[in-house]
Amino acid sequence: MLQEWVIVLFSFAYLGVLFGIAYYGDKRAERGRSIIANPWIYSLSLAVYCTTWTFYGSVGRASSSGVGFLPVYLGPTLMVALWWYVMRKIIRISKVHRITSIADFVASRYGKSHLLGGLVTVIAVVGVIPYVALQLKAISASFTMLLHFPDVLAPAKAAARPFTQDTAFHIAIALAVFTILYGTRHLDATERHEGMVTAIAFESLVKLFAFVAVGAFVTFGLYDGFGDIFERAHRVPELERLMTVSGSGYGTWAFLTLLSMLSILFLPRQFQISVVENVDESHLRKAIWLFPLYLLLINVFVLPIALGGLMHFGGTVDADTFVLTLPMAGQREGLALFAYLGGLSAGTGMVIVEAIALSTMVCNDLVMPLLLRWKALRLDAWADLSGVLLLVRRLAIAAILIFAYIYFRVAGEAYALVAIGLISFAAVAQFAPSILGGIYWRGGTKAGAAAGLLAGFAVWVYTLALPSLAKSGWLPAAFLEEGPFGVGLLRPQQLFGLTGFDEISHSLFWSMLANVGLYVGVSVSGRRSVEETSQAGLFVDVFRHTETWERARLWRGSASVDDLLRLLGRFLGPERAREAFLAHARRRGLALEDLPGDADLVHFTETHLAGAIGSASARVLIASTVQEEPPGIAEVMDILDEASQVRSYSRELEQKSRELEAATAELRAANLRLQELDRMKDDFMSTVTHELRTPLTSIRSFSEILLDHPGLSPEERRRFLGIIVKETERLTRLINQTLDMAKIEAGQADWRPAELDVSEVVREAAEATTQLFRERGVELSVPAAGPLPPVSVDRDRLTQVVLNLLSNAVRHCPPGRGRVEVRLAAADGAVRVEVQDNGPGIAPADHEKIFVRFRQLNDALAGGPRGTGLGLAISRRIVEHFGGRLWVESDLGKGATFCFVLPLEAPAAARGAGTS
Amino acid sequence: MAAKILIVDDEPNIVLSLEFLMQHQGWETSVAQDGEAALEALAGQSPDLVILDVMLPRMSGFDVCERVRADPRWRHVRILMLTAKGREAEVARGMRAGADAYVTKPFSTKELVDHVRRLLGEKGRSPP
Repeated sequence: MLQEWVIVLFSFAYLGVLFGIAYYGDKRAERGRSIIANPWIYSLSLAVYCTTWTFYGSVGRASSSGVGFLPVYLGPTLMVALWWYVMRKIIRISKVHRITSIADFVASRYGKSHLLGGLVTVIAVVGVIPYVALQLKAISASFTMLLHFPDVLAPAKAAARPFTQDTAFHIAIALAVFTILYGTRHLDATERHEGMVTAIAFESLVKLFAFVAVGAFVTFGLYDGFGDIFERAHRVPELERLMTVSGSGYGTWAFLTLLSMLSILFLPRQFQISVVENVDESHLRKAIWLFPLYLLLINVFVLPIALGGLMHFGGTVDADTFVLTLPMAGQREGLALFAYLGGLSAGTGMVIVEAIALSTMVCNDLVMPLLLRWKALRLDAWADLSGVLLLVRRLAIAAILIFAYIYFRVAGEAYALVAIGLISFAAVAQFAPSILGGIYWRGGTKAGAAAGLLAGFAVWVYTLALPSLAKSGWLPAAFLEEGPFGVGLLRPQQLFGLTGFDEISHSLFWSMLANVGLYVGVSVSGRRSVEETSQAGLFVDVFRHTETWERARLWRGSASVDDLLRLLGRFLGPERAREAFLAHARRRGLALEDLPGDADLVHFTETHLAGAIGSASARVLIASTVQEEPPGIAEVMDILDEASQVRSYSRELEQKSRELEAATAELRAANLRLQELDRMKDDFMSTVTHELRTPLTSIRSFSEILLDHPGLSPEERRRFLGIIVKETERLTRLINQTLDMAKIEAGQADWRPAELDVSEVVREAAEATTQLFRERGVELSVPAAGPLPPVSVDRDRLTQVVLNLLSNAVRHCPPGRGRVEVRLAAADGAVRVEVQDNGPGIAPADHEKIFVRFRQLNDALAGGPRGTGLGLAISRRIVEHFGGRLWVESDLGKGATFCFVLPLEAPAAARGAGTS
Repeated sequence: MAAKILIVDDEPNIVLSLEFLMQHQGWETSVAQDGEAALEALAGQSPDLVILDVMLPRMSGFDVCERVRADPRWRHVRILMLTAKGREAEVARGMRAGADAYVTKPFSTKELVDHVRRLLGEKGRSPP
């Protein structure tokens, strides 16, 4: 018979040991010799996963569903294998951003959102408090059981005792004190609790040894080893069934495995221990195999105890108590006490860590944001808020435990408590899309996360929480059987007619569908703010940023060091704030007085604040202190604008350089043209001088001959003098025409247009050349036709053209039998003049050449007046000036016909160009 | 025996004056009015000297000069080039083509005759 005071004393002695260990751990930490900076401690503390629900509950589940208890441990084992990729990233992100809770993580990822932080906190509190209550219940029940040692009796209703005499209540108080002492001793940016972690690691050892001791006792004490137990169980048909997985069980297995994979990541206590309390990422390497080993050890004896219990008691005792009742039945007082201790450690460990984790969330993501916004409190005027913060946390811890106790008292034996383990798991699993999506997918938005969380949580409430209340009898059973208001499709556990799942799988299916669907859907269709985008990048690419993250700030402002110090001091206490600044200054190799209030210090302050009050609140406070607002859309637009200006500037440069190239090319072309013109001028000069030198040569030669040979016959003398005169005339003509040509080409010719009859001009020109024709013996015929329609041209110029054509014709006609015919016509709005000769003709290839200046075709006409080589070129210019055309129609041996047309309506340029 | 001179020019009046001047010195003259005719005349008459205008129809004086110099039969033929283009480049071009003398138009009749006489050497000193 164990006296009640013995058990109470024993319990509190154990708690005393915990206090001592925690105290030792904290002292070590203060002296800088951290005891938890050790992968073994880290791995052991992770075993806070195993609560009383494991310690007592595994055997219970194994007794009813055999190996069905395993998925809860297979999931973590599988997940831990992925930790190097998943957990390491979460840890790195949390360290970088001083994230101290799962709510803070979600809030920070989606743009430091108070809304999301609060939402996650509410889900965690609602999902986890019943779970804490379950621990209290288990501890209380085990206490009561042990009280009746060695009789194995069903525990009396706890509610039957007033709470002042209820062990569970005393334990809750003790745990609150412990948690407050070691969970909120001071505020720290890292929010690490070394003493607490040391104690938790110790508790993990206690519960493991206790469970293994009971297992060994059952297996080897009550029975003859594993073989004996399983052999005996095989003979009982109901027990044999426990050792196989029944048909529909595989789906359940899969869902439960998935569920526990998620809970090992997202249960608040797991996040607290594995992320927040983590000292060194590399501890994960050992934890990856050590933690699954722990799970294996604590599960080895589950089936033997379950089978042994079932066979021993024959179904008269609740299987959930086998761990305790089997040693009792075996009259092993010490072992029973040890088993009780194991259960106590499993329960207290869970409660302590869960309370710390939840209180951090409640304080940072629920209460402080509200207090800070509560203007009437004038919190912003307080110099030191660290006391307020600690008070809020302590109150939160007390409140959590009180609520848990109340829940335990109210729910009691109800179904709502018994099934709470997995229901809790299903609640925290709702964090999975936002967190896993958040660290691997940039696209996730605040709206998406909020929608997913809300929807998932709502489905969880509807399909798990409400039914558990209904099963507890607090809601009408019809709600479950027929659906709300009798709508069958909405039956909470066969939602939309989905059957064939157990309730957990069913809920997980629908809640995840809603959660993931909305998270992705809303994220994809919505827009992200600058802050969200920035945070998304920092989270997803945490491994890339951490090298340079100290500089990769979006803060562009600065603040006075005093302001920042005062701000941090308000939440950490002036002493600790000063210490932190000093350490920061030392790291940067500066004295505290020289510390600049730059973006670096602003960020340092923010992360420290975030550790104390959560990232969202820290951001708000920093923003109020720092001169410049964090980059809003406008600023980011400015940055983009700058970038596009640079781009457009470079485009402009490109444009300019292209223009420059074009200009250079033009210049080069112009230069070439100039050189060409220069060459042409040289050619022209050369040609002109050649043309001038030719008659000059004759003139000089004959002059000298006449001078040197006085004895020349008078006949010869006259002949030579004649040549001299002709060549002089030619020279004069050449000079005149060259000047004329130059004038026309330079646009300086003197045009005097007047209405005149072309036939009149032609007849005058013919008369003027009568003498020439007669000399050469060439017949000229000019039509005596009536007047032609008048054209507006310069009379002298037109006469020049006709004379030129006539003299050209007469020169090329064979002397004596030459014949030149002039034809006039008016047709198609133009006057047409033709001059036809019966000379040698011009090959078509030469038809254009003859109009080029100085390009004479040598037809070996001796004796006659030589052309200057300019006549046709000038004539063509004149005709073209009045809008007409001049060309030749001819072939070799068939004579030539020179034609020109003048339009009746002369172009405006010709009419207007009177005296330019 | 009187020296034979081929006059190549397309200007009838210049040809006339050159014929007068050469004949007056007692030299025999023949005339060609273009480059091709000049080459034909060279082959047929084998003159001692050619007075060659540069600006000729069909084939320029330079080309004629080069053809003459390229043919060993005409190694003894002296060439005097006449041109209305008096620039240095033209003179150089003519000398390169193998001309013995280069005279620009308008020329001094005395100097031209002296040039021709010198090129013909003793041979040309026949009394008028």
